[in-house]
Amino acid sequence: MSGFSTDETMTIAASRELAGARSCFVGIGLPSIAANLARALHAPGLVLVYESGTVGAKPTRLPLSIGDGELATTADFVISVPEIFNYWLQPGRIDVGMLGAAQIDRFANLNTTVIGSYERPSVRLPGAGGAPEIATACPRAIIVMRQSKRTFVDKLDFLTTIGFGDGNGARSRLGMPGFGPRVLISDLGIFRPDPETFEMTLTSLHSGATVADVRDATGWDLAVSKDLVETPEPTEEELLLLRRLHAASNTNAVN
Amino acid sequence: MAEFLSLKSAVETHVHDGDVVALEGFTHLIPFAAGHEIIRQRRRNLTLVRLTPDLICDQLIGAGCATKMIFSWGGNPGVGSLHRFRDAVEHGWPHALELDEHTHAGLTNRFVAAASGLPFAVLRAYAGTDTSQHSSTVARVTCPFTGEDLAAVAALRPDVTIIHAQQADRAGNVRLWGITGVQKESVLAASRSIVTVEEIVDGFDDDRNAMILPSWVVSAIAHVPGGCHPSYAAGYSDRDNDYYEAWDDLSRERDVFEDWLEHHVYENGSVR
Repeated sequence: MSGFSTDETMTIAASRELAGARSCFVGIGLPSIAANLARALHAPGLVLVYESGTVGAKPTRLPLSIGDGELATTADFVISVPEIFNYWLQPGRIDVGMLGAAQIDRFANLNTTVIGSYERPSVRLPGAGGAPEIATACPRAIIVMRQSKRTFVDKLDFLTTIGFGDGNGARSRLGMPGFGPRVLISDLGIFRPDPETFEMTLTSLHSGATVADVRDATGWDLAVSKDLVETPEPTEEELLLLRRLHAASNTNAVN
Repeated sequence: MAEFLSLKSAVETHVHDGDVVALEGFTHLIPFAAGHEIIRQRRRNLTLVRLTPDLICDQLIGAGCATKMIFSWGGNPGVGSLHRFRDAVEHGWPHALELDEHTHAGLTNRFVAAASGLPFAVLRAYAGTDTSQHSSTVARVTCPFTGEDLAAVAALRPDVTIIHAQQADRAGNVRLWGITGVQKESVLAASRSIVTVEEIVDGFDDDRNAMILPSWVVSAIAHVPGGCHPSYAAGYSDRDNDYYEAWDDLSRERDVFEDWLEHHVYENGSVR
């Protein structure tokens, strides 16, 4: 197979991580694309949950927003926002949370609030949304984001969402029941928490990327697994279905 | 009992300078027409409250109506940044905007507490985050039964909550369905409420398990078909996605935005 983008590799790698999951709390953007691809590929029964209160949404095209009408009309049921957070997310009823961010640090803590100082930011970002509780309560979290020295940083400008805090033991000290980010997928590779330190460690390189490329795009001293593997290239079927999802979205973008 | 008013009268009567004003609707049923009426009536020093302050808050902020915002996610959904919000926070234009920001679950539970008549709500959240360091309405609380450390969020009681719904009947009961967000809680939390509706019907004629807000918890109802445009009303309209995309350019520069405001809000007058 030839001719695929780094974004396609990233999205497909993220969709593979949903194998075996029963339900997934989904944010708009890359996570939503990956989760819908997983449903199309290998997880037809995956229950997609959007924070607008749509549970079991089965969109035929990529939703434009978290409350797209397509999500409501295809959902198993639609509930209020207090119910989605208090009854469904908080008790850990949703297996997997998929998240993105503007900045991440070595312990998979996330910033979606500001670049620069809080009082006088150089870039004001949207803020927390549902991410902090998704990362707290879901038994496991998957993070998908493009990688550069600006996004993979040594120190976050603002800590919006806790991944592993300052490392081993931090989550239980903070009373966070879920495991935390099991995996981080970028456009260069895949990272998993070290079982001792909980630092995100490069475990798989996407096709065409080198360890040097990943180091150059990481703002901290990168840990590399001694069992580093190469990410299997996207298959024809994966690429076909991903491109079909995008195409359906571009020709039918209403609501 | 809810009073049927024109949108102009409803805003004149129930939205005052300095009020805490919640505008709810989670990507669906967003009360845009009411937001524009607030701009036309040149309300000032408002504290805006909204989980997802999207275009409606961008417009109110850019028009100079707000000096504070309580929120949990501020972006143009599916498109990008809110440029007027960013200009206010990053450069203080048209003036500074004080923020009290939360997570969705946190702000939702602030409404739940107020709707329940309680001083605070409790949830498992905020521990160790910078968000909690910048808000005076989040604190830690110890469970008296288990000793567990949890977050407390202060009840949020808006002076007025404004929502858009599909229907009201002639007795002033309100009915909405589809994605209903935090509308019920935000109305029950508030001292007053305004509901704009797509349609006024003789009675609610089917058995769908829709959300009902009885007349006796609503202050004013205004008949404003299309009052949630460019968002949508399930059963009545589709989201105008082109508008959301166009807003990125209309809002980016101050003069382009002010021109839009002049032609699309001020000159438009109070038509209903």
